[in-house]
This record gives sequence, C-alpha cells and structure tokens, in this order.
Amino acid sequence: MPSVLYFGFLMRLELIAPGRTIMDPQTYNQIFTLHGVIMIFLFVIPGIPAVFGNFFLPILIGAKDVAFPRINLLSWYLFAAGGLLAILSILLPGGSADTGWTFYIPYSVRSGTNVSFTLFAAFILGFSSILTGLNFVTTVHRMRAPGMSWFKMPLSIWSLYSTAWVQVLATPIIGITLLLVVVERWFGVGLFDPALGGDPVLYQHLFWIYSHPAVYIMILPAMGVISEIIPVFARRTIFGYKFIAFSSIGIALFGSLVWAHHMFTAGMSDTGQFVFSILTFLVAIPSAIKVFNWTATLYKGSIDLRPPLYYALGFIFLFSIGGLTGLFQGTLAVNIQVHDTSFIVAHFHYVMFGGTGFGIFAAMHYWFPKMFARMYNEKIAKVAFWFIFIGFNILYFPMFIMGWLGMPRRYYDYLPEFHIYHFISTIGSWILIVGLIIMFTNLIRSLTKGKITNEENTWGGETLEWHVPTPPPLENFEHIPTITEGPYEYKQNEEPQLEEKR
Amino acid sequence: VSAPEHSVAGHVHRDDIASRMGMWLFLFTELLLFGGMFFLYSVYRYMNAEAFHVAAKELNTLIGCFNTAILLTSSLTMALSIVAIQKDNRNLSVFFQVVTIVLALGFMVNKYFEWSTKFHHGLYPGSDTLLSLDSGEILFFGLYYVMTGLHGLHVVIGAVLIGWMTRLTS
Repeated sequence: MPSVLYFGFLMRLELIAPGRTIMDPQTYNQIFTLHGVIMIFLFVIPGIPAVFGNFFLPILIGAKDVAFPRINLLSWYLFAAGGLLAILSILLPGGSADTGWTFYIPYSVRSGTNVSFTLFAAFILGFSSILTGLNFVTTVHRMRAPGMSWFKMPLSIWSLYSTAWVQVLATPIIGITLLLVVVERWFGVGLFDPALGGDPVLYQHLFWIYSHPAVYIMILPAMGVISEIIPVFARRTIFGYKFIAFSSIGIALFGSLVWAHHMFTAGMSDTGQFVFSILTFLVAIPSAIKVFNWTATLYKGSIDLRPPLYYALGFIFLFSIGGLTGLFQGTLAVNIQVHDTSFIVAHFHYVMFGGTGFGIFAAMHYWFPKMFARMYNEKIAKVAFWFIFIGFNILYFPMFIMGWLGMPRRYYDYLPEFHIYHFISTIGSWILIVGLIIMFTNLIRSLTKGKITNEENTWGGETLEWHVPTPPPLENFEHIPTITEGPYEYKQNEEPQLEEKR
Repeated sequence: VSAPEHSVAGHVHRDDIASRMGMWLFLFTELLLFGGMFFLYSVYRYMNAEAFHVAAKELNTLIGCFNTAILLTSSLTMALSIVAIQKDNRNLSVFFQVVTIVLALGFMVNKYFEWSTKFHHGLYPGSDTLLSLDSGEILFFGLYYVMTGLHGLHVVIGAVLIGWMTRLTS
C-alpha cells in the first residue's frame, strides 16, 4: 500500500502547477491506471473481507474456521499470483497499462503497453474474490453456533454475507469480460472493437455490471465494521438492528441494478436513463437507513471517545458527503454537467477512501489489540486521525468545486483558472500523507513494542470475539458457545452472554 | 466426493451439505461466466441477424449433433459413477469415470476436426478471408472461437480433474 499512496502523491504533485512538473503525460496516464488497479483490486476490495473477514467471521458466528479452509488457502494463492502479475506488468518491457482501471474499448485493445498482463491479473484476483464469497456464504449458512439465529448474528456478518453474494454473482461477469479483451488483444478476435463490428458500449455495460456492484463489495464490509464499533463505544444496543441488517441486503440487491448510471452520456435510450436514474436514487434509501441508525445509536449513549470511534465517526461524516454527492450524479441533468470531471473523482474518493478506507482504519484500531495482544498508543492514533481527516478534506473537497466548474478527470494539464484548486488539493495530500505515516508507524511499531495486553475484552464489547482469549487460539474456541442473546445486549458489570457447552 | 476436512487433536469437521452448497455456488458462477458470453451473442445476433444466419451455415451440423450427444452421455456416465460410489462399488465408479474421460477426448477430437476445417477455409481470427466478410460475420466467428475455445478448455480441465478423481476413488 505505501507504494500506491506514493502514486497518488506523485499525481497530486504533478498537478500542483499547470504544464509539466515532474513527469511526462504518458507516465501520468500509467500512474493513474496503476493507482486505480492496485487500490481497487488489491486494497479496497479485499481489505476488509480478506483481512478481517477471514479472521473474525468465524469467531463472530462462533465457529472454529470457515466452511472450506483449503479453498480459503487457494484463494490466498490466487490473490498472491494476481498481485505478482500486476507487479510484473509494471516491470516488463512495454510499460504498465495506461488505459485507466476501466480498460475502455477501443483504446485498451490498441494500447501498446502491458494491458493484457494487467487484465489477466484482475481476472485471477476475481477468482480469488469469488472463492472467498462462496466460502463466506456457505460458512454463514452452515457454521453458526447453536442458538445463533439469523437475527442474533452481529451486523458485520450481515454485511459480509451480502458482500459475499455480490462477489459470487457479479465477479464472473467481469472475469469473462476482461478475458475477452485479453483474447481480443492476443488473437485479434473481433468482439468489442468497432473496427471489427463490435460495440464498445456493450463492453461498458458488461464492465459496469460487475464494477458497480463491486463498489458495494467495497463499502458494505466497512459499514459492517462501523455497525460493530458504534454500539461498543456508545455502550448501547444498536438502534434498528433489523433495519441495518436488511439494508445490507437491500444495498446488495439494488446496487446490482444501477450499473448503467456510469453511461448516461454514452448514448443510452431515454427510457434506459430514466430507469437507471430511479434505481440509483433507490440505493440511497438503505444507505441512509444505516447512517440514521448509527447516529440514533449514539444519541444518549454513554460515549467513550477512543481511536476506533474517531475513525468510525470520520466514516459517517465523509460517507454522508460522498453518498449525497452520488445523488447529484444520479440526476440525469446534473450528470451531464459533472460527467467525467473531478467532481466524480471527489465523490468516489469520499465514498471509497472516506468510507471504506476509514472503515479499514477503524477496523485496524478496533481489532488490533485482539489480533496481536498488544496495544498501540491511543494519543498518537488520535493525532493521526486529525491529520488524515483534515488532510483528506483539503485534498478532495476542492475537486468538487473545480469539477463543477468543468475540470475534466484524468487530465495531465489544465487551464490557469483551476490552478488554485489544484494547489490547495496538493497541499491537502501532504497533510493526509503525514497523517497516514503517523498512523501506520504507530500501528507497526506497536506490533513489537506496544504494551502487551492479554485482556480479553479491550473495549467492553459484547460480540463473541471479546469473549475468547487474546490473541484467539487456533480454532478460536475450546468449546463452541451456545448463543442465547442478541449481539449488542449491553448489561454493564454482568457476566458475558456466553454459556459454554460442556 | 470427499468433504473438505481438517483435523486438530482428532477433531474432524465434515459437512456434506456445506460441500454441496459450495459446489452449487461454484456451478452458478460458471453459469454466469458463460452467461456473459451468451449475453454478448444475443445482443450481436440481434444487431446482425442476417450476417449471423449466413455465417452459421458454415458450421457442420453433423459433428455438432454428435458432440452434443457425447456431452449428454458423459453427463450420464458421470452421474452413474456417483451412484456407483454411493453403492460402494468403487471399481464400477472408476469405470464410468474412465468412460467419461474417453468421451471428453472424443469430444476434443471432433472439435479439432471442426476447427481445422474452418482454418482450412481461411476462417480464423485476423485472416484476410475473415476480414473481407461482413462485420457481423467477423463477430460471429470471433464468438464462435472464443465460446467453443473456452468450453474446450473446460472439457480439458474437467477430464484432468476426473483423472485425478479416479486415483482418489480406487
């Protein structure tokens, strides 16, 4: 990840002044492609399900492991292979892909760079994702501890479960689509290239049929993490458990039907535009349900402001901005104004970085003591948060403004009137990076130097991971627990909900 | 079918329903994988109805029929081998698996003849003959090679896996 942050940093540095600053246009194109491909396929998509899901999904449902441990290992090998291929595509002669992470036809067929390698890497990473999804769906169905009915599951499990379904249902489509582009490049088979009769817009449909649901693969697990953290630090039962649970399913469902809103200016029929616009608005409902329920949980809670809650609150704030600006774009008339401008870049960074990124940071700070039996420095974690949060807003908010004024995305150069916004934005990127360096240094240093803590329940949580030893032993539980109560029943100073089956 | 199992301190986890569920989910992803191509085929066929009709005349219906029969029969033999193993008749199960592999090979041989005839006529991706045709026909043959090619790849992978299964069975 540090190298990828470096790509983002370089791009911002290039854009600090009009004209050439530190790199040529071709390098700029390659860097934004790499930034997109690596961030999406290697960081944001697998970030929570692969790292925290594999660790905590079994614990949270009271299981010793996932349903198919060997398939889990296979998906790890595939992930490593895909990552290696992505790195190879940078190093091999020809240079890394310069198409943008969307690989739009016909340029992705014509580009002389190593597009095939990058596509193939994404194809393999897709299989890794499918297998993880398949494993999680089966695990949630078959491995829940006795007494853990569907509505006694922690909300992060609902999120991971919905995500897993999207992974299983949407990823094969992108797999075959990317493979078809590879075949088209290697063998000159006419499939999408308009010179051979193909239809580039059809490619865009197939691409977004996966890639829009994929943004829900990215955000849903983060929402799950937030649903875990909020009640713990508000010391209250979550408000509207069932609504949050069903809204995860709702997001997965509606989110799969909105893909064509990426193509409002590509010449779709009016009916098509109208339908996809409406469906896009509908996705906002379950997302808003979550945000309102989280804030309602905090209301009159006995709030304990610790680092995980900082990042969780950061998530709610930034995700709300990202989500609401999404509605602007879903409006057909406004979409024409902001399409392919830096407004879009700001929007999806607010959702993907401000949302999923902050969700991952929150998860890291929340589960760190449980995973490593060491505690990080809480003060430094809070300082890092403020740097990240302030830097983030200075970096991305100007993009809304200049995008609205007409600054196109992915442009290497710009008119002088946009200079001030680019300048402020680049300053923001430095503050953000300082914050990230502080945060990661604090966490990495604490792996070996942090205060040793074998405390079972660091934060006073009620979910199962806080009732197993720290760090969790192999196979998590000595005895599979029997569940009698919901996951967020706070009864301070009482015995935990666990009853061990002997 | 052996369930994924792992054991620590004598504990063996085995859940056949979970295994079946995982298998069905996997099959569904395969369906979607090919679904993407059928989707492409339908759209292009709608857009180039006449060219697709003309291009399809190039295909050999006899070999196609024969290969369909082979595919269906191999499904049957595979199902029979599962029934055999459920009745604890390992040798019979291995026999049916071997028959399945032979049918897979037969399928590939037919495919070889089918493809090489087209190559003979100059109908392969990027050839001058193909590029001189109507763009709808170029699309048709593009899809033809990709779809049958990917299916052929599945047949080969399947045959290899069944070969490995025979060792596990006996």
